[in-house]
Amino acid sequence: MAEGSKIAVTSSGPSLDAPMDERFGRCPCFVIVDAGATVVDPVENPCATQGHGAGIQAAKLVAEKGVGVVLTGRCGPNASDTLEAAGVTVVTGCSGTVREALDAYNAGKATA
Amino acid sequence: MRIGIASGKGGTGKTTVATNLARVAALEGRTVAYLDCDVEEPNGQIFLRPEVAWRRPVTLPVPRVDAEACDLCGLCGEICEFSAIVPVGTKVLVFPQLCHSCGGCRLVCPQKAITESPREVATLSGGDAKGVQYLQGLLNIGEAMSPPVIRALKAVAPPAELVIVDAPPGTSCPVVEAVGGCDKVVLVTEPTPFGLHDLELAIETIGALGIPCEVVVNRAGSNMEATRELCAGRGVEIAAELPDSRSIAEAYSRGEMAVEADPDFRDRFVALLRRIEGPR
Repeated sequence: MAEGSKIAVTSSGPSLDAPMDERFGRCPCFVIVDAGATVVDPVENPCATQGHGAGIQAAKLVAEKGVGVVLTGRCGPNASDTLEAAGVTVVTGCSGTVREALDAYNAGKATA
Repeated sequence: MRIGIASGKGGTGKTTVATNLARVAALEGRTVAYLDCDVEEPNGQIFLRPEVAWRRPVTLPVPRVDAEACDLCGLCGEICEFSAIVPVGTKVLVFPQLCHSCGGCRLVCPQKAITESPREVATLSGGDAKGVQYLQGLLNIGEAMSPPVIRALKAVAPPAELVIVDAPPGTSCPVVEAVGGCDKVVLVTEPTPFGLHDLELAIETIGALGIPCEVVVNRAGSNMEATRELCAGRGVEIAAELPDSRSIAEAYSRGEMAVEADPDFRDRFVALLRRIEGPR
């Protein structure tokens, strides 16, 4: 699949049934899926405990993983600027489990 | 002599002790400077009421990237510990508020694509407050980096027989910067569990800096035993116990100074100053 078509969901754990973590920069884990919602890469977030600049480093991390879309609860201005520069689309206001967030996103996209 | 007034816990009475010490020294006709180093919220002015005679900005150098010269090698992003400069995609992002102004990115850039430009982060101001030379720093709204502002404030302090440094609360970098160079530190505490907990941290911090310290217990009354025990155990002397007083609290709420509101407190602060300074 093409770079940038992957979706990263900010999560409390590495599986599709894990509850999402609403934070972008300091979520414990990114669950990265391909277009068919198959988990391709659960990534532990090394920035979760970082003092400063966690959002920026987390944004670099997901961009380097070839992610095109991030689903999260909220995203700070520094992380948002970094993701934008990397060409990553951010969808905020997501909630529920990772699977529920993906379903809602895909459903929304289908009706768009 | 330079005396730092610090605390650990916020709201114990640092500014009360610092401003009253400065005022009693000035009333004795001595030259005294008061530095409000709580640059997030300097409030010594409420009590000393200076006539502000000067203001000057504090600027910090932050990187600026020449996109023409940059070849996106990424070395600037690697050396920065604070994610203040981040090569991403086809550009280099700069986050000025995260920058600690170390200049590392400029030094490592092989293309010489990085220059530095000044960014205003705070304002210093000062003036006479009935014989006390008042100085303060105030961070601009949204700024978080106080140590360089405290450093700038200390650098413009006028010569005086007595310099009182009113430190910010806590035990982190801004406090370390504020009390650096002091001959003695007075730790102001209150006889509460929180006051006691943070006093212990503050004693450790000041001890690690190798500066002699003494304790002033503010709003003293009952529950003094734990504080006395802690100080005795750490070999730190209690220089004064300022009693909890309704009339002083009322004066404080009107922005009045304890030494001007109550002769008993004036005597206490005169004695405290003598004790801290030792034989002159």
